[in-house]
Amino acid sequence: MIEVSHVSYKYRGGNLMRFPDFSLRKGEQLLLLGQSGSGKTTLLHLIGGLLRGYEGSIKVDGVELRDLRETELDHLRGKKMGFVFQRNHLVQALTVQQNIRLAAWLGGVREDEQHIHHLMDVLQLTEKRKSPVNRISQGQAQRVAIARAVANKPVVILADEPTSALDDVNCNRVIRLLMDIAHEVQAALLIATHDHRLKNVIANSVELK
Amino acid sequence: MNILVLVWSYLKARPLNTLLNTLLLALGIAVIMVLLLFTRQLQDKIQSNARGIDLVVGAKGSPLQIILCNIFHIDFPTGNIPLYEAEKLARNRLVKTAIPLALGDSYEGYRIIGCPKEYPELYQAGLAEGRWYQKDFEVVIGATVARMRGLKMGDHFTSAHGLSQGGHEHEEHHFTVTGILKPGGTVIDNLIFTSIESVWKVHDLPVQPVDTSRQQASNLVPSVAAGDSTKEITSLLIQYRSPMGAVQLPRQINQQTSMQAASPAFETARLFSIMGVGMDVLSAMAAVLIFISALSIFIALYNSLKERRYDLAIMRTLGATRFKIVFTILLEGIFLTVAGALFGLLLGHGVVGVVAASVEEIQKAGISGIVFYSTEWIILAGSLLLGLLCALVPAIQAYRTDISEVLGGN
Repeated sequence: MIEVSHVSYKYRGGNLMRFPDFSLRKGEQLLLLGQSGSGKTTLLHLIGGLLRGYEGSIKVDGVELRDLRETELDHLRGKKMGFVFQRNHLVQALTVQQNIRLAAWLGGVREDEQHIHHLMDVLQLTEKRKSPVNRISQGQAQRVAIARAVANKPVVILADEPTSALDDVNCNRVIRLLMDIAHEVQAALLIATHDHRLKNVIANSVELK
Repeated sequence: MNILVLVWSYLKARPLNTLLNTLLLALGIAVIMVLLLFTRQLQDKIQSNARGIDLVVGAKGSPLQIILCNIFHIDFPTGNIPLYEAEKLARNRLVKTAIPLALGDSYEGYRIIGCPKEYPELYQAGLAEGRWYQKDFEVVIGATVARMRGLKMGDHFTSAHGLSQGGHEHEEHHFTVTGILKPGGTVIDNLIFTSIESVWKVHDLPVQPVDTSRQQASNLVPSVAAGDSTKEITSLLIQYRSPMGAVQLPRQINQQTSMQAASPAFETARLFSIMGVGMDVLSAMAAVLIFISALSIFIALYNSLKERRYDLAIMRTLGATRFKIVFTILLEGIFLTVAGALFGLLLGHGVVGVVAASVEEIQKAGISGIVFYSTEWIILAGSLLLGLLCALVPAIQAYRTDISEVLGGN
């Protein structure tokens, strides 16, 4: 699903960053470990097509990202990728349910009614589905963000520090949720983090320096 | 989920802001709409009322007053002119037709006009019921008069001197309604027609029938003798035989007779240029309102975009193309301005409707709130463009947003 080889990237006016090679198959899980400033987020954004202009090769679902035009990248993101961030940024103007359904509309995918209901059920959001997102708890917001990331049944899930701000109990809960959901939709799960607690759960890791 | 739900949700999330912006624009548009409705209808009415009359001849005085009095029937006469002078003028070779009018009385604010039936026929007036007046003190009334004063066929009434209500009552003579005109949307809807002789008799002027064996009958009022120096009328409405009339007649009349000639076309143009100043001031005010609302909408979109940078970045990660984002923002601007414009148009029609319903003078002038002009489509299209314009800069900014930078900036 993800193949990274000989990738380097240079911000304008910054140093050249080199990234280790790795690959991730369908349903596999991998940690991208490293301290702040080691380039975890940069690599994650490169794989997500949010940053362009890398050297080397990044393939997602067999497609070399460099060869895609901007709109093709948008479509790839919408259909094949799901993103989870440390800040579970939700669209404040919308309800829980609308935030999840937003993914289908923006990704240009038909709303899979059954899948969405199932997700809300699994993530215990059904009761809150019509609540505005500014009236739900942090934990619920995190679950909405996860539901939104997998609403379109992506083949890869890219998570950026999903647990760093959480205590042990919640950290454990969120990582389990992510893994379960990834497993359910058979997606490859790539987590960029400096949170070493996750090593106890996911054995595969790549260290960035 | 679709774009309308999203845009609507964003607008709903800032209800006061949305309301203020819509209302500001609506007020500006409403002012323009009220102006448009009044001036257009007034212009139309004035044009249709002055149609077929090239020149009005009355007693010396203000030419504008002569026009206001004798064509629109909203002012007092400048005085009377001798019948024999009018007869002489009517025989002029440049004159095609000449219609004498004798004014003086009214019934509850509606003017009674002594005239031959050629005058209402100038406006293609047809009878809805009854017949034209034949004998003295028989009247034919306009449709508005019948409706507003509840007059029916065969009703009797007495006239009052002057045009306003509460003038001296001429109680000794009773008028009888013998005909009611069809509504025509012109000034004749507000008039009461009778013979010139009736008007004279109400004012106690002796009217001796002409003895055609000894005297020649008047060419204007055939029942009396020509050259009768005791008889007077208020005015003479003239149609030229040729364009030469316009060149020669007014000057001839003003220089060689005791009468005054006034051209409806010229005087109404003058009237509009006087009113135009007020209209310009109001239009400028409306323009300022619209400008402020546009500015306010721009600022609102610009500010909300700052708050929404992260929203937009997230939407991009969910697969939204740049164009979808841009389109969402443009649509938000368009939504605000078009809603404002629609509300403004409605408000404009409503205000004119309410004013027309509560002020009788406005109603008399035939102005209504439920007249629609193609200009309203232009206003709607213009507001759409305005919305696009207001949203353009925020949309361009959204287009240029670097998602990676926004997402990494936490």
